Amino acid sequence: MVSELLNTLYVQTQGVYLRLEGDTLRIQHEEITLRNVPLHHLGGLVVFGNVLISPFLLQRCAQDGIEVAWFTESGRFFGRLAPPVSGNVLLRQAQYRALDTPSTRLYLAGRFVEGKLRNSRLVLQRAVRERGETEALVRALAEHEAALRALPQARSLDEVRGVEGNAASAYFAAFGDLLLTEDFSFNGRNKRPPRDPVNALLGFVYALLLTQCTAALEGVGLDPQGGFLHALRPGRNALALDLMEEFRAWWADRLALTLLNRKQLTRKHFEERPGGAVFLNEEGRKVVITAFQNRRQETVQHPLFKEPVPVGLLPHIQARLLARYLRGDLPQYPPFLAR
Amino acid sequence: MDGEDELLTEALEDPGGSQEPLPISALAQYTYCPRRAALILLEGEWEDNEYTLRGARAHEEVDLPEGLLREGVRVERALPLWSERLGLVGRADVVEFLEGVPYPVEHKVGRRWPRELAQRAAEVQLCAQALCLEEMFGLSVPVGAIFSRAERRRREVAFTPGLRAATLATLEALRALLGQERLPPPAADARCKHCSLLAVCMPHLPEALKGLEDGL
Repeated sequence: MVSELLNTLYVQTQGVYLRLEGDTLRIQHEEITLRNVPLHHLGGLVVFGNVLISPFLLQRCAQDGIEVAWFTESGRFFGRLAPPVSGNVLLRQAQYRALDTPSTRLYLAGRFVEGKLRNSRLVLQRAVRERGETEALVRALAEHEAALRALPQARSLDEVRGVEGNAASAYFAAFGDLLLTEDFSFNGRNKRPPRDPVNALLGFVYALLLTQCTAALEGVGLDPQGGFLHALRPGRNALALDLMEEFRAWWADRLALTLLNRKQLTRKHFEERPGGAVFLNEEGRKVVITAFQNRRQETVQHPLFKEPVPVGLLPHIQARLLARYLRGDLPQYPPFLAR
Repeated sequence: MDGEDELLTEALEDPGGSQEPLPISALAQYTYCPRRAALILLEGEWEDNEYTLRGARAHEEVDLPEGLLREGVRVERALPLWSERLGLVGRADVVEFLEGVPYPVEHKVGRRWPRELAQRAAEVQLCAQALCLEEMFGLSVPVGAIFSRAERRRREVAFTPGLRAATLATLEALRALLGQERLPPPAADARCKHCSLLAVCMPHLPEALKGLEDGL
């Protein structure tokens, strides 16, 4: 299944032209052919930003059931080619049925939280290995162990959210100890608006990550608003927030810490407004977006498929696994567990 | 609208909070029409019309986040506001600082709403801004102003105990509304004529259906 997913062609080079040449997809840039991809290898085509697709290639994709999805250059989903025969309605029906089935909803909410807990624990453990124990780190690790034991006992969504909440507050109580720079400090999570640079940075990276998770869900035809752990509200991508839990600590928090600890971000990248709201300024946002995009390109060994996978594909893989679970094709949903 | 700008908008609305603060502007929507507030907040509906577009454009003009000095008064535009105590978030069009004391100024575009109602809605919204500013700065904020762009006029509003109580009551009513499953009934009166949600709300439909029934 991953091969199918990995047969998706991701085109991020700006200004290229994709056209049909026999049974081959040809990628051109100003008359020069950059690459030829045989269509029979192709399961999907994902293009970011200014990438042109010829009408004949689009028609062929629709005919052959090759999924085409359009994203902005920064990775926000804005549309998908809907081929005539599509499993999407059945998938969404399965999703809504799962939302209406308390046991399934509880199961999936638990898996998302489990992914979050294990990946957060990994970040804490690494910090202990690299710079030794602190009181808050030890406490946070103990809370995560307790949470992982309590999670399977949870009998309601509120209990799952409670387990997650306890671990999260211990995690953020220790988060300041992960900062190795004197320039910044962290005294707890706040948002809307953030009131210090670290919170401003976290909020921004989470927003970037959320666009990736939303895009990944829309890419497989799931409704990103139909979340299992997060409460449903119009306009709120609750399922994307669910999926994001697996990636928050391992991807977003670590990226934020790296930028601060390596002094790639300094005080001059932040702006404080009267009353105390703090935001990244334009230069700061550029630094973060560049680092975020670079991270998307890096590959990690996938724990399930034992293949190197670009980090940016991980949400897409999780979305596909979730779709497979909801359609009854997989007996369980495996959250992404970093190592 | 690609790249950073679009991402910034989302970053400002840091996702994933459990307790959700209400937007200050919802207080004005509720005062104008509870059903309108419910359509926006519960149903996720938003339709632009001539008036909302004009309003958005006017806000863009003041929506430049920078502080500047004008005749000895420091002016902050598009200032982020919040209150932990009340669970409110928003942005002030303009806050002037007179000797350190915040003075919020809400910009209003036109006369699309019945006058008295529009005035009350703007006052409640402005007062909610003042309550946020009081919490943020630990100062009392006694007055602010509503600036009408159409009339190029500024009207000063005092945050009296009566207005404060009305604002808190509106907030409470708004929370109660969000806790309920159904939409409040339509107003079906003068308010509807210029409402951008007219087509979504269909305020005269219940009457029409009743007429249909009676005719049978």
